Amino acid sequence: MGMQAFLDIFDIYLLEAVINGILLGGVLALLALGLNLIFGVIDVTWICYAELVMIGMYAMYFMVQYYGVGYFIAAPFTILLVAALGALLHYLVIAPLLTAPPINQLLATGGVLFVLQSFATVAFGIDFRNLGIRLPVLAFGDMNFSYARLLSFLAALVGMVAVYLFMTRTFTGTAIRAIAQDRQIMALMGVDTKRIYLITSALGGALAGLAACLLVLQYDVHPFVGLSFGPITFLICVLGGLGNFIGGFIASFLFAEIISLGGLFSDLEWGYVLAFAFFIVMMFIRPAGLLARRR
Amino acid sequence: MKGQGRLAAWGVGLAVLVALPFVYRDPYHLHILVLILIWSFAYTSWSMMGRFGLVSLGHGGFMGIGAYVTALLWNHLGLSPWIGIPVSMIAAGALALIVGYPCFRFRITGHYFVLVTLALSGIVLQVITATRDYTGGSLGYTPNRASGNKLLALQFDDKTTWYLIALAVWLFGIVVWHWVDRSMARYALEAISEDEDAAAAAGVNVTAEKLKITLLSALMTALAGAIYCQYQMFITPDTVSGIAVSLQMVFAAIVGGLFVSLGPTFGAIITILLAESLRIGFGTKAVGWDNLVYGVLLVVFIIFLPKGILGSVLDRLKPQRKVPRAHEQEAVQIARPGA
Repeated sequence: MGMQAFLDIFDIYLLEAVINGILLGGVLALLALGLNLIFGVIDVTWICYAELVMIGMYAMYFMVQYYGVGYFIAAPFTILLVAALGALLHYLVIAPLLTAPPINQLLATGGVLFVLQSFATVAFGIDFRNLGIRLPVLAFGDMNFSYARLLSFLAALVGMVAVYLFMTRTFTGTAIRAIAQDRQIMALMGVDTKRIYLITSALGGALAGLAACLLVLQYDVHPFVGLSFGPITFLICVLGGLGNFIGGFIASFLFAEIISLGGLFSDLEWGYVLAFAFFIVMMFIRPAGLLARRR
Repeated sequence: MKGQGRLAAWGVGLAVLVALPFVYRDPYHLHILVLILIWSFAYTSWSMMGRFGLVSLGHGGFMGIGAYVTALLWNHLGLSPWIGIPVSMIAAGALALIVGYPCFRFRITGHYFVLVTLALSGIVLQVITATRDYTGGSLGYTPNRASGNKLLALQFDDKTTWYLIALAVWLFGIVVWHWVDRSMARYALEAISEDEDAAAAAGVNVTAEKLKITLLSALMTALAGAIYCQYQMFITPDTVSGIAVSLQMVFAAIVGGLFVSLGPTFGAIITILLAESLRIGFGTKAVGWDNLVYGVLLVVFIIFLPKGILGSVLDRLKPQRKVPRAHEQEAVQIARPGA
C-alpha cells in the first residue's frame, strides 16, 4: 500500500516536472532563436548574448522597482533598449571584424562579455535584486505551476511566432533569409547587407530583451546571472545545429526536460550537469546537430 | 652564433631571475612576481593549443579541477599534494580527452569547438558550486594548514621559496613550448590549422595530433591551478574556474602575443600590473574596473593588433623575415565546419 501511495505522488511530481520543463523550454527556445538568428545571418556567435539579457533584466528592475513604472510599460522599453544594444554591438565590434577570421569576432564578443559584466558590477554592485512581484501559483489538481513560468512560456511563443511572421511575410525578413543562404550574391542583387546585418542584430537584441523581461519574473538579477543560462543556451544551439532554427527549438525543450527532471532528483545545478553529460553523448551520436543528415 | 647568443641571453636572464629574491626581499613585490609567474604558466599552457587555432574556453575548467581536486584530496583524505597534483592533472586530462575526442573525431571546429569548451568551463563551475557541502560553493575553499612536514604538504610561509617554485614551473612551461615548437607535431598542427582536409590527405592523423596537444595543454593548466591553490591557500570557483578565467587566459595570450614563447608571459605581466595598479589607485572601488578595462582592451586588440604587443614588436624588429604563414597573419585561422 505504501508503495502504491509513493508511486501516485511520484507520478504527480513527474508530470509536474515534465510540464515545468516544457515551460522552461519556451524561454530557452527564445534565447536559442536569437543566437541562431545572429549566427545564421551574420555568421557570428555572440558569446555575450546572455549578458545582454542581464542588462535587460537590470533595466526592468530599475524601471519597475526604482522608478515605479508598470511592468507592461517597462517591457517594451527594455526590448527597445536591448535591441539598440544589439545594433550597437554589431556596429562597434562586429562590423570592423567582418572580414577577420570568425574566431576573432567570437573572442571580441568575449571581451564585450567582460565589459558588460564588470559594467554591471561597477554600476549596480554585486547584490542580488528582484522585482518583488509575487505572481500567484496556479493549481491544476494536485499540481502547482508558477504563473510567471506560464506567462513566460506564452510570451516566448508569441515572440517566436512574431519573428516567424516577420521573416516570412515582410520584404526585410525575406532579405534576411536570403542573406543567410548566400552572403555574396545578395549584395550583387542590390540588397544593402550592412543594413540587413544591423536589423538582424537589433532583432537578436530584441529577443534577448524579451527574454530579459520574462526571466526577471523568475530569477534574481546580479552581474553574473548570464553565466547561469548562457552556457546552456550555447549547448542548445550547438546540439540543434548552429543557425538551425528548428533544431534549436527542439533542443531547447530536450534540455529543459533534462534540467527539470534532473532537478526533480537533486539540485538544479545537477540538472545542468546531466544536460552537459547528455550533450557529450549526443556529440558522439549526432556530431553535426540533431537534424543534420549523417555523413 | 645567433643561436648561441640567444642561449646566452636566456642564461643571463635566468640567473638574474633566480638571484632576484636573495637580493630584493620586498614581500609585496615578490608576491606580484609569484602571481605573474603562475598565471604566465597558465597562459602559456593555453597558448600551446591556441596558437594552432584550437581556441578553447574550457581551460577555466581544467584549472578549477587542478585547484579543487588537489585541495579536496588534502582536506578530506589527507593526501599530500605531491600525489594530489598528479591525480588532479589526470582528472583534467581525462576530461579533456572525453570532450576532445568527439570534437576532433567528428571535426567540431570553429564556433562549435569554442561553444562546447565554453560550456565545459561553465559546467565545471556549476559542479563546484553544486557540491557546496564539500567545496564550500561560491564562498571559496581553504586547504587545511599543515601541522607536520611543510614540504610534504607543499605549504611554505616564505615568499622566496614560492618564488623559486613558481619560477621553475614557469620555466618548465617555456621549455615545453619550445619543445613543441621544434617538434614534428608543430608542423602537423600548423597544417591542420590551415586546412584539415589537406593535412589529413598528406598523412597527418588529425584527431591524434589535436588530442595530444589538448591533453598536454590541459595537464599543464591543471598544474597551474594546483600551484595557484597551494600558493594562495584560498580558492573560489570564480578565481580558478569558469568562463571568466578562460576568457582571461585568451585575453592575456592575445595581448602578449600568441605566436612567440614569451607572449603569454608578457600578457600576464601587463594584465596583473594593470589590475594591481587599478586596485592601488582606486582601492575597494576598483572591483569590476579591472575587468572593464580588460574587456575594452581585448576588443581593441582583436580589432587593431591581433598579433599582440610582443608579437607585433618582434615583427617590427625583423621586417626581412620570411613570408609569414597564413595562420600567423591573423590571430587564429580556423577550418570551417564542413568546409
